[in-house]
Amino acid sequence: MILNPTDWLWGLIGGLMIGGAGAVFLLANGRVMGASGILGGLVDRSGWATWAERLSFIAGLVLVPALMLPLFGPRETHVTDNIGVIVAAGLLVGIGTRLANGCTSGHGVCGISRFSLRGIVATVFYLLAGGMIMVAARHWLGII
Amino acid sequence: MMRNLFAALSGGLFGAGLLVSGMVDTTKVQGWLDIFGAWDPTLAFVMGGAILPMMVAWQVARRRKVALLGSALPEAPDPRVGHNLVIGSVLFGAGWGLAGLCPGPAMASLSFGGIGGLVFLVAMMAGMWAAPALRQRIDRLATA
Repeated sequence: MILNPTDWLWGLIGGLMIGGAGAVFLLANGRVMGASGILGGLVDRSGWATWAERLSFIAGLVLVPALMLPLFGPRETHVTDNIGVIVAAGLLVGIGTRLANGCTSGHGVCGISRFSLRGIVATVFYLLAGGMIMVAARHWLGII
Repeated sequence: MMRNLFAALSGGLFGAGLLVSGMVDTTKVQGWLDIFGAWDPTLAFVMGGAILPMMVAWQVARRRKVALLGSALPEAPDPRVGHNLVIGSVLFGAGWGLAGLCPGPAMASLSFGGIGGLVFLVAMMAGMWAAPALRQRIDRLATA
């Protein structure tokens, strides 16, 4: 176990900011802040009617971290350099979040906080699947 | 215009929170999922921190008829747990475990995630594009 209290504190502060972002989107725009739904509605055109709002959200999401880098120092995502794993993972995340109608932000943050059964069930299944695949791929197959 | 402004504000705060919390770092996400390795509990602090303000926001939303910018607030959560919710969450979890990226951080890290991050984002969008057709097939199988 990694015992690093500053990581936890930054995690909590960042978490509060993420929840605050969801609160703004809900109370100002009347919408559930789900990253996969906001982007997915543009990709499959189901959310075309609200394209400007979606694109504005994504612009903020991409640009603000970019602008923060000079202040907070460079960040590294440490994403695997196995391109096959990256493509497979991306496809799974894209298909899965759209079938389930939500991801970590929509089902996890926004769903659990209003005790939505769907949000809780989704979170249980993606955590279990994520844990099993991660452990299998790292400790058994050794591909990540 | 105001809708887009608040959407960008929300997206920006979401991105800032993801950066500050360390959730753009795939090793922290995979560290959380890797219960048999060097387990990293940071993600629980992020989730907990994000759920708190959202719980307050849902309570405020319940007492209002419309959002601040005039549009309707989300309806009560759908209680139906269907096969797509479970299948989708399992697929999403698998991809999340493999790469350590979910849709929010995949977008937030676009400016510093390198080629790997970009490939993941493109693959994820391809998956989102393919999902509606796949959903139809699954529904047909489920009702057959």
